Amino acid sequence: MDYQQLLAPAAKAMRPSGIRRFFDLAAEMPHCISLGVGEPDFKTPWAVRDAGIRSLEQGRTRYTANAGLKELRAEICAYLARRFDLAYEPEQVLVTVGGSEAIDLTIRALVAPGDEVVIPEPCFVCYEPITQLTGGVPVHIATRAEDGFRLTPAALRAAITPRTKLIILPYPNNPTGGVMGEGDLEAIAEVLRGTGIMVLSDEIYAELTYGLDRHVSFASLPGMAERTVVVNGFSKAYAMTGWRLGYAAGPQAVIKVMTKIHQSCIMSAPTTSQYAAITALHNCDEAIETMRDEYNRRRRYVVKSLNEMGLACFEPRGAFYVFPGIQASGLSSEEFCERLLREKEVAIVPGDAFGACGEGYARISYAYSVDHLQTAMGRIRAFLQENHWL
Amino acid sequence: MEQLLRILEHNARLPLEDIAAMLDTTPAAVAAMMDEAAARGYIHGYSTLIDWERAGVNVVEAVIELHVSPRKSRGFDEVASAIAAFDEVDSVLLMSGSYDLQVIIKGHSFQEIALFVAKRLSPLDDVLSTATSFVLRTYKRGGRLYQAEEIDERECTVL
Repeated sequence: MDYQQLLAPAAKAMRPSGIRRFFDLAAEMPHCISLGVGEPDFKTPWAVRDAGIRSLEQGRTRYTANAGLKELRAEICAYLARRFDLAYEPEQVLVTVGGSEAIDLTIRALVAPGDEVVIPEPCFVCYEPITQLTGGVPVHIATRAEDGFRLTPAALRAAITPRTKLIILPYPNNPTGGVMGEGDLEAIAEVLRGTGIMVLSDEIYAELTYGLDRHVSFASLPGMAERTVVVNGFSKAYAMTGWRLGYAAGPQAVIKVMTKIHQSCIMSAPTTSQYAAITALHNCDEAIETMRDEYNRRRRYVVKSLNEMGLACFEPRGAFYVFPGIQASGLSSEEFCERLLREKEVAIVPGDAFGACGEGYARISYAYSVDHLQTAMGRIRAFLQENHWL
Repeated sequence: MEQLLRILEHNARLPLEDIAAMLDTTPAAVAAMMDEAAARGYIHGYSTLIDWERAGVNVVEAVIELHVSPRKSRGFDEVASAIAAFDEVDSVLLMSGSYDLQVIIKGHSFQEIALFVAKRLSPLDDVLSTATSFVLRTYKRGGRLYQAEEIDERECTVL
């Protein structure tokens, strides 16, 4: 069989491709220190694990309603109101397999062939391939370090055409750690008022912001809820990545169509995870706080260390990544990361994996213990010194 | 202060500069806080977690459960202080539950510890009874695993 002939072109063309080789290389190095992962190092809070176990003991092992347990959707609404001042009814919420499925469904429910999807970069890499699989056309906006990697109204205005259907708002941002404050979001809202453009606000890192201002949801701005699908989940805030549970909240008509797609390809999100998630939302505000404080200490330590090494570092205010510039080395992102891997066995992710404008940067995750980070920072420092970049 | 204490409890060897970065303050301010914490008795000292078994050094450890008769005037304090004054004693804790004091002792041999209990602890006026249990193996201490390293199982590529 000629599989290359048989495979669908859009599927074959999906990113990431080049990055694969890099991770395969890292996987073969037994003493490699990774700063590459995109998930918490914490374990899921015990109360949440216990709730999952209890649901199994009680024999709750069947499918749930397609949209998710009603009790969980009610808890999600209460949580969104309590933490982010959002007003949703359970009928406007769909429980999904991670935030990723919610992103997939939002794009598939809205984007028709030829529709343009505006994607600010650098960003999480799934928006573009999903858009392309639906026949949509990705339109990239390069955000800049000097703007705090925020989407600016001017850049957005310049990217909008009559074919623009959807705008992705990936804040707090992976990989830059950039956040958009209320004023920044209001400027974006102003561009969109009076248009028929929808917004996918990926707020999976909403609980992980550092500094005085809490995360502001785009849907909480006047007139924006009607055009916004908020995507969130349990992976990052509650250290529940392996439970695969997220959700989308948005206009009922959109959620209804998303639920139809979900019903066809997933049925319902994992039942055990859904019972556990009820406890997460109900009892775990304090656990979130403790983890955030720990991330914050690591964040400050890593930013300081990198700046001292001359890897100029925009101060990230969200998620658990820093995105230092590596231009001082004169190397491309991929060359820099590959040499760091080969010479010092530290794995970080080349910035261009997150979009072309990430060239000249690298992503470092601080979802690691301080001991681990100290060792890694020592090795990076030695790498720079030995190559006379420091 | 609480954040500083939590950092130090986990790793007292972090450079002041790194702690300062974590707490968003200066190294001098961290040093001053540490002095203050010591002066106020929040910090009683800095020690090291050592796996003596792996280091090949013979260290025997025992946990002793004591029943004592508290004094009318000073409760358990008098006898607890008297026990704490022995150099061989590593820790003395007043417990809730089925016994009163838990004493942890370190020595070079089982015999040394047995003799200490028989000759020094048991004869104390207020000690009613002792039950000695020897530590056979340490799996975790001070939040650190001794027998196995925690393996980072994360391998999903999230870009």
